[in-house]
Amino acid sequence: MNRFGWRDFWRISFLVLVSALVVVPLVATILGGFKSAGELRVEPFGLPSVWRLEFYGEIVGDLQFWRYLWNSLFISVATVFLTLLLGSMAAYTFAQIRFFGSRFLFTYLLLGLMFPFAAAIMPLFLTVRNLGILDTSWGVVLPQAAFGMAFSVMFFRTFFEQIPPDLFDAARMDGCGYIQFYFRVTLPLSTPILATIAVFVFVQSWNNYLLPLIMLNDRAGYTWTLGAMDYRGEYIQDWNRTLAFVTVTLAPAVVFFLAAQKYIVAGLTGGAVKG
Amino acid sequence: MTAASATHHPSASDERYGAAAFRRFRQSGKLTLLLTFLPPALLIFTIFVMLPMLNASFFSPYKWSGYGPAPWIFNADTGQTFGDWVGLRNFQQLAGHSAFATAASNTFKIILVSLFIQLPLALVLALMIYEKSYANTIFRLIFFVPYILAEVATGLIWSFVFDGNYGLSRTATDVLGLEEAFFPLADKDWAFNAILAVIVWKYFGFHMMIYIAGLQNISRDLIDAARIDGATPLEIVRYIKLPLLWPAITISIFYSVLGALQVFDIVMPMTAGGPSNSSHTLVSYLYNFGFIRLRVGFGSAVGVVLFIIGIVFAFTYRGTVQRRIAA
Repeated sequence: MNRFGWRDFWRISFLVLVSALVVVPLVATILGGFKSAGELRVEPFGLPSVWRLEFYGEIVGDLQFWRYLWNSLFISVATVFLTLLLGSMAAYTFAQIRFFGSRFLFTYLLLGLMFPFAAAIMPLFLTVRNLGILDTSWGVVLPQAAFGMAFSVMFFRTFFEQIPPDLFDAARMDGCGYIQFYFRVTLPLSTPILATIAVFVFVQSWNNYLLPLIMLNDRAGYTWTLGAMDYRGEYIQDWNRTLAFVTVTLAPAVVFFLAAQKYIVAGLTGGAVKG
Repeated sequence: MTAASATHHPSASDERYGAAAFRRFRQSGKLTLLLTFLPPALLIFTIFVMLPMLNASFFSPYKWSGYGPAPWIFNADTGQTFGDWVGLRNFQQLAGHSAFATAASNTFKIILVSLFIQLPLALVLALMIYEKSYANTIFRLIFFVPYILAEVATGLIWSFVFDGNYGLSRTATDVLGLEEAFFPLADKDWAFNAILAVIVWKYFGFHMMIYIAGLQNISRDLIDAARIDGATPLEIVRYIKLPLLWPAITISIFYSVLGALQVFDIVMPMTAGGPSNSSHTLVSYLYNFGFIRLRVGFGSAVGVVLFIIGIVFAFTYRGTVQRRIAA
């Protein structure tokens, strides 16, 4: 057992300092929503003298706010569903069979990991416009799912290749085809990797700002990130309102994170170890 | 393979090997799989990722507002094509635009700060808290929180902190006894530095987690053996932990650089590129001078530059640094 010494003292001081740098702005944000604009000016970081609920109440009572959340939720869920389904199907094909051009097609998909997605944003906008899905959720969902393809196919293939081939041979004897095997065996066996990818895709989509900004014009279709920026623009002087808005949208993210923490860490580990 | 041959029935067409192989391929159900499971992913990827990227290079030599199907198509109403061919002029304009030079150098600064401040910080923290204990788990959770916050939320929170009338900035001016309130985000010299600080704040936890995962994979026996041989903790870090962590480090460097090229969401709520275009990144420059002004050709040219930087980095990096690990 180590005795508590100067090393530990410095170590813990450093950890506490960094934690404070992380936590203080967040706590100030949460508390800020309870303060009047005047109080926030004088006392940005302390506890509110009077806990005012009206700013939070106003946001939660606004139908538009719930519409923002609903749009974000719909877009995120649809993106997750498409990325998982299409990505795992493609990865399953790559893992199960060798065919002419399979290496080439796999490399082609992996190109998606190699360049910043924003590079193609202008032509992408035109593509979405020409398809007639501008200003709809699909105009955000489909590009997001497409950009998630490279990442998910790569992870799924690594995972699927670890499923023992004997399993397939046995199922084959019982007259089970490739497609049946995918739905009945591969997918159920892959719940951990499905969950991990789902969490990453969901968080990315939920937090996305650039794509909705470009694709969505109508306020009714806004995601919460667009809504937050709008709200900030509307109440430019009232930081307390913006902080309340931010807090209300943080809550789902943090709860979701705590629930899905295991999978997030698993995803990071998978990427770091296998690379 | 065994499954395929099990269902193989010999027939006359076996004389030609190719046809027989194809028949086997078809009868085993592989063809059906190939034709149903692969195309959706390839299609969506091609339409929404590869074609737009290809189009960016086709659009970049045109001056075009985006009206009509493509800049080179003839518009019967005006008697001209929808866009005007300008050759390399978009790229020349870029090269001569001081805001672009600032955006490029800002993006480069993000890379430098990520590599030389953020990654070392993440590494030091990872070394401090990678061992499993209750306190370490709490610290890990705290440090990871900024990563899951949306960039927009992060940007809004920090613009409050940096607001000279309210947050940290005001407290600082009060403590220093300055007369005038200080608005770092409205100051040409400070705006981007403030953004850099927020980027470190937001992403160090992500890299720390990668390192923690790597450190936890290092065998305890190795470290114990070194300790018994009289290695100091610093020597253990230097000669055992760092070398074994190198694969994880190369991955986090890759994410850092590619991530630095895409920074946008965090800039918009904080400065939107201002004051006087001093805090643009390449992407916010593209958005501001390409998208907002509907200059499709110009925006595409910026995209092509971004693409080239990304792909050249990715391939040289994979070909040199990461290959050495695989070997």
